[in-house]
Amino acid sequence: MLHIPCPYCGPRDETEFHYGAGANIFYPEPSSATDEEWSKFVFIRENPKGWHAERWVHSAGCRRWFNVWRNTITHEFGPTYKPFTEQPKRPA
Amino acid sequence: MSNVTFKFDGVDYVGQAGDSLATALLRNGVLHFTDSTYRDRPRAVMSLWVDEPNALVNVDSGAGEPMVPATTVEITEGLVARSLSGIGDLPDTRDISRYDRAYRYADVLVVGAGLSGLAAAKKYADQGKTVIIMDDQPEVGGHAHECGQAIPTDLLSSLAHENVTHLQRTTVIGTYDQGYAVAVERRTDHVSSKVSTDVARIRTWHVRAEHTVLATGAFQRPLVFANNDRPGIMLSHAAATYVERGVKMFKTAIVVTVDNQGYTDAIRLHKSGVQVLAIVDIRKKLSKASKKSARKPAAKLGIRIIKGATALDTNATLDGILSSVVVLDPKSGLKETIATDLLAISGGWTPTVHLATYIGIKPTWSKKRAAFVVRSKVKSISTVGMLAGDFVENEPAVYFGPELDDTQALVAFVDHQRDATLRDLRRAVGAGMISIEHVKRYTAIGTAHDQGKTSGTLTMGLIGNLVGLAPDEIGSLTFRPPYIAVPFAALAGRERGLHTEPIRTTSIHSWHVAAGAPMEDVGQWKRPWFFPKPGEDLDAAVLRECRAARNGVAVMDASTLGKIDIQGKDAGAFLDQVYTNMFSTLKVGMSRYGLMCGVDGMVFDDGVTTRLGENHWLMTTTTGGAAKVMDWLEEWLQTEWPHLEVFCTSVTEQIATVAIVGPKSRDLLALLSPGLDVSKEGFAFMENKYADVAGIPARIARISFSGELAYEINVSAWYGLELWNKVMELGAALDVTPYGTESLHVLRAEKGFVIVGQETDGTQTPDDLGMDWIVSKKKDFIGKRSFSRSDTSRPDRHQLVGLLPDTSEFVIPEGSYFAEVQHKGATPPIPHIGYVTSSYFSGELNRSFAMALVHNGRARIGDRVAIGNETAVITEPIFVDKENVRRDG
Repeated sequence: MLHIPCPYCGPRDETEFHYGAGANIFYPEPSSATDEEWSKFVFIRENPKGWHAERWVHSAGCRRWFNVWRNTITHEFGPTYKPFTEQPKRPA
Repeated sequence: MSNVTFKFDGVDYVGQAGDSLATALLRNGVLHFTDSTYRDRPRAVMSLWVDEPNALVNVDSGAGEPMVPATTVEITEGLVARSLSGIGDLPDTRDISRYDRAYRYADVLVVGAGLSGLAAAKKYADQGKTVIIMDDQPEVGGHAHECGQAIPTDLLSSLAHENVTHLQRTTVIGTYDQGYAVAVERRTDHVSSKVSTDVARIRTWHVRAEHTVLATGAFQRPLVFANNDRPGIMLSHAAATYVERGVKMFKTAIVVTVDNQGYTDAIRLHKSGVQVLAIVDIRKKLSKASKKSARKPAAKLGIRIIKGATALDTNATLDGILSSVVVLDPKSGLKETIATDLLAISGGWTPTVHLATYIGIKPTWSKKRAAFVVRSKVKSISTVGMLAGDFVENEPAVYFGPELDDTQALVAFVDHQRDATLRDLRRAVGAGMISIEHVKRYTAIGTAHDQGKTSGTLTMGLIGNLVGLAPDEIGSLTFRPPYIAVPFAALAGRERGLHTEPIRTTSIHSWHVAAGAPMEDVGQWKRPWFFPKPGEDLDAAVLRECRAARNGVAVMDASTLGKIDIQGKDAGAFLDQVYTNMFSTLKVGMSRYGLMCGVDGMVFDDGVTTRLGENHWLMTTTTGGAAKVMDWLEEWLQTEWPHLEVFCTSVTEQIATVAIVGPKSRDLLALLSPGLDVSKEGFAFMENKYADVAGIPARIARISFSGELAYEINVSAWYGLELWNKVMELGAALDVTPYGTESLHVLRAEKGFVIVGQETDGTQTPDDLGMDWIVSKKKDFIGKRSFSRSDTSRPDRHQLVGLLPDTSEFVIPEGSYFAEVQHKGATPPIPHIGYVTSSYFSGELNRSFAMALVHNGRARIGDRVAIGNETAVITEPIFVDKENVRRDG
């Protein structure tokens, strides 16, 4: 079970969280998005081997969404960052 | 030593306190334990601990265990066990033992309390760290203890340190990410053979540690030669330990070895009074150090040493017990047959790499150690002792067994539990398989109870021999938790029966129970399914309940609907985004039904939302979807539109809702709230009013999920039961009839109302459900853009329709697929065109009916379809009161 560093509450067990897939995927303006842009937003997600910036919500805690770097191989967590803040550099 | 009596295979035996069942039986001269599962070959104990592949037993006393190695069962007074050949039996009776669970954080978790584990625990404890040290054996000390060596007192005393939690009989069964480990502690089976109901029989530990030290040690490896499975053949470390513990059945022994461990064990056997006839060592030449530490001491005791030789085959008595060993010098081809009671094998050490591989650390092959060892590169995990290869001085040869012909290979066992042989490996390789993962699945090696503890490295080495590769070129050893077989009860802990998961009940629940209503599980909620009168079954009760709702007045507990209180100046604008239809224009005091879609345009929840004030709304969600909707709202508010001032609070549990339904519901409401204007004009459809209902402050909403005139009375949950009682009391004059979820479903289906999750599975757009009328053309909302995608906008999607079976009593099973009518009665496979989502018998229609999703369904109304031998007509999905006349009463 992952130990997820909630930036508001500190590290907690994975069961308190829900996963929100990749971070920094921007909601395109629906009225002007092309079919391709829209389908990319709806369906296409990266599935990298290694560091991945992703979203989690601390559903059973503070109920807040945040972003965090996670290594998909080692499951190590990198820095967290709150929505609308600058994305920290991909960990080495 | 005190005596302990126990029963094995129906015979009474006496063992000594502290004996394992294996030790006690050997002490009593029982060698032939069982016959092998697939080939009926006589088998005996081969090892000391959980790696045991042969001596599986079924424990019948106490809580019982269907399949455990006799080497791990500690005998207690009155223990009853029997030998197994194949699968054990689960007891018929319910296990009433207690199981519990503990959660712990620690700076350091040490797995294994052998010398290296103890040293690690001492090191960290001395640094002031909190340490948990877990070991699966009854006694501390690992191999040192098994060999009868004294454990250094400074190591033992560090276990008593206040920062140290020390647990024996505690097996770490899984290691996971970020220092997480799960262990099972056996707490009572070694004390008593009786069921333990006052003390937890097994405690499951969930540990999160900053640092984990794996000191899991190693198991000895057998060798693969012909007839290597006979009773009397044992691993040398196990044989020496049993003999030291007082097993007297072996007078003579031959030790076959590839390393110095064989010499150590030969000397141990010799010193315990066994006549060691020979040490057969495949190695001709040894290093100086090994000569001094191994060969010379053995030679000094007068033990014959046969260099450069190994075991080729064995012979047996008529009972199948070992009688002699055929020793072979592979170079010269010379053979010698030596009669012996015991053949002790030392095939090298196999470090216990399981816990390391669970967390993705790959063992590496060390030729010098003839073993896969683990050297962790992960910061938070370290490996010590034999696991890390701390036995290089053993100087093993990389050797797994002699060349064998096909007849010999047929009885040269690699995995004893699976009766898998060298011949099976040859067949696998002959069929083109090299990877260990393929061979494992083809031969079943490593898939039995012991999960390849003895056979894993052997298999890789032998395949390597067959194809001319080193063991690590065949693949790598991967294992999966749990490390040993664990009773489900231990993992469940106290979360059994009613405690399996939280149960949510409404404030009115006790009334439903008293009324004898069977319950339906809706998510975690218990909802009354129907309220049977004496002698009624489900069908009869539902017919009566629906009749009351359609012709009189019926009452339902609707408290389980999810409720979210939404406040803030931007709440209206936010709801416009969340729902497909417009909410910001709704007048205060009015309710509106809304549909929610995901960004993919697929319906994912629905419900009625009420504007309580200018900036105050109350959203209802489906009973099962409340938590998901809450997450969804927060996601958009926090990650897309943080500028919106909106606050969401779950109030599901705070409000009790009683729905009164039917043409006489207006009369009932008038009785309950005498001052309230309940007239058609004074209390409009979708309107909300605040009033006292039976003296309880309430919000009354005129909402209908049945098509009938209906009201939902909302009160504080504290008053839910009181309100319900008053409704029943005052409604008695109108014959008010309580109804459950089954009638709710029938009533809404007759009216063509969908249930999200029943008519939908996440692949239906509002248009697919025929609900285009609720989709705003004027504004944007989440998911709207997806409606113009080519797949979503194609006209021939599966669409919601009604079905009327031609046999009016035939209720089509929900979930049924159906086909074109010409396929009536045809044998599958036949192409299907749709499936049934809801299906009931309707008293109102006096016939069965159904809702279904059908390919291009709306264009096919009037067509017939075939469901097996039955047929049905496609209709519009609305069966009662298309004109909405009834909802106004």
